[in-house]
Amino acid sequence: MNRGQVRIVTLKIDGKDVGARENETILEVARENGFDIPTLCHMEGLSDIGACRLCLVEVKGSNKLLTACVTTVQEGMEVTTHSPRLDSYRRMTVEMLFSERNHVCAVCVSNGHCDLQNLAVDVGLTHITVPYLYPKVSIDASHERFVLDHNRCVLCTRCVRVCDEIEGAHTWDLMGRGVKTRVITDLAEAWGDSESCTSCGKCVQVCPTGALFEKGKSVAEMTKRRTFLPYLTSMRNGDE
Amino acid sequence: MSESTNGKVSLATVWLDGCSGCHMSFLDMDERLLEIAEHVNLVYSPLVDVKEFPEMVDVTLIEGAVSSTDDLAKIQKVRAHTRLLVSLGDCAVTANVPAMRNPFGTEAVYHRAYFENAQLNQQIPNEIIPALLPESRPVHEIVHVDVFVPGCPPHRDAIHYVLTELVAGRTPQVEKYTRFGK
Repeated sequence: MNRGQVRIVTLKIDGKDVGARENETILEVARENGFDIPTLCHMEGLSDIGACRLCLVEVKGSNKLLTACVTTVQEGMEVTTHSPRLDSYRRMTVEMLFSERNHVCAVCVSNGHCDLQNLAVDVGLTHITVPYLYPKVSIDASHERFVLDHNRCVLCTRCVRVCDEIEGAHTWDLMGRGVKTRVITDLAEAWGDSESCTSCGKCVQVCPTGALFEKGKSVAEMTKRRTFLPYLTSMRNGDE
Repeated sequence: MSESTNGKVSLATVWLDGCSGCHMSFLDMDERLLEIAEHVNLVYSPLVDVKEFPEMVDVTLIEGAVSSTDDLAKIQKVRAHTRLLVSLGDCAVTANVPAMRNPFGTEAVYHRAYFENAQLNQQIPNEIIPALLPESRPVHEIVHVDVFVPGCPPHRDAIHYVLTELVAGRTPQVEKYTRFGK
């Protein structure tokens, strides 16, 4: 990216005038300026896909809500990051994430270090108003060092993207549609039998919940180490 | 908040499908229990020797999910005789660990408990022990709940805060004090 040729635009976020490079996303500009927009599928250093819908914002003149992570800023844009409507949609989104799989925080390896658990606090959830689905899903413990527990997966695809974009292995992908979507390794084979997996563990570290964890970790013991990612990305981009 | 005899708020606690950890956390308030006792009468609880749920209770704390026919009957009776119902802890709020059986079905659970793990007299009990419902469900999916206090268990400070607020006639905002899990 050649910053010398990038134009600067001005826009309003929650009524405040801010300046931004024209190729930045609303999310980037909002965070640079101290506005808090919740995210789940977004991870600095990975591509953005607008999947989790938590970063939805209101943009004046658009009757649709836009995902801040994949919408680039424009001159004169007026963005609202928090409103009763946005807050209620975000809360509903997190509720549906909790109801769709079996998230039993109390006995989870990631209890206390979980992005989903933190989100529940951020959006002010004290209970889930939609009925729990309690799906019967599997656990893949065939890998020598790591475990995949579909009970805790929120389909953010951070694992898919880090494996493809950073490690270059593309072991992970998605299979199925809608509520039946699952993350898979290779062609839906056991993780331990995967020929493409390099066992680097990046997928485990970027996973927001306890869906991917290291073997031997018990309740609340799985803390994720993510500092490698911005470093690797900036090296790749040839930044300072 | 209406008040019961001698100007105090009547309080009940009920134990459904939970591990009693929420009651332990309640007791863990230690000397602050004395301060609370100045404002409430504990009229029904596993901690006191009262067999029948009273005609009307101001505040009832529910620990545990609704998992058996007995839980179901209890929660309906409690709701009918309670002004303000509080789901205390993750089992009441989310069904938590008791609901981990839901994807497998009751037959698998019975088989595991009374056949695979039983060495003598293998049979599914049909008296005294209440039958399991097809699924363990959170309390608010069965009856209306007024206040939710997540946590496994909710910290004693969270319980103290909730009770203090309720006694004062305010609605507690628990988000700062507790959450799902810990």
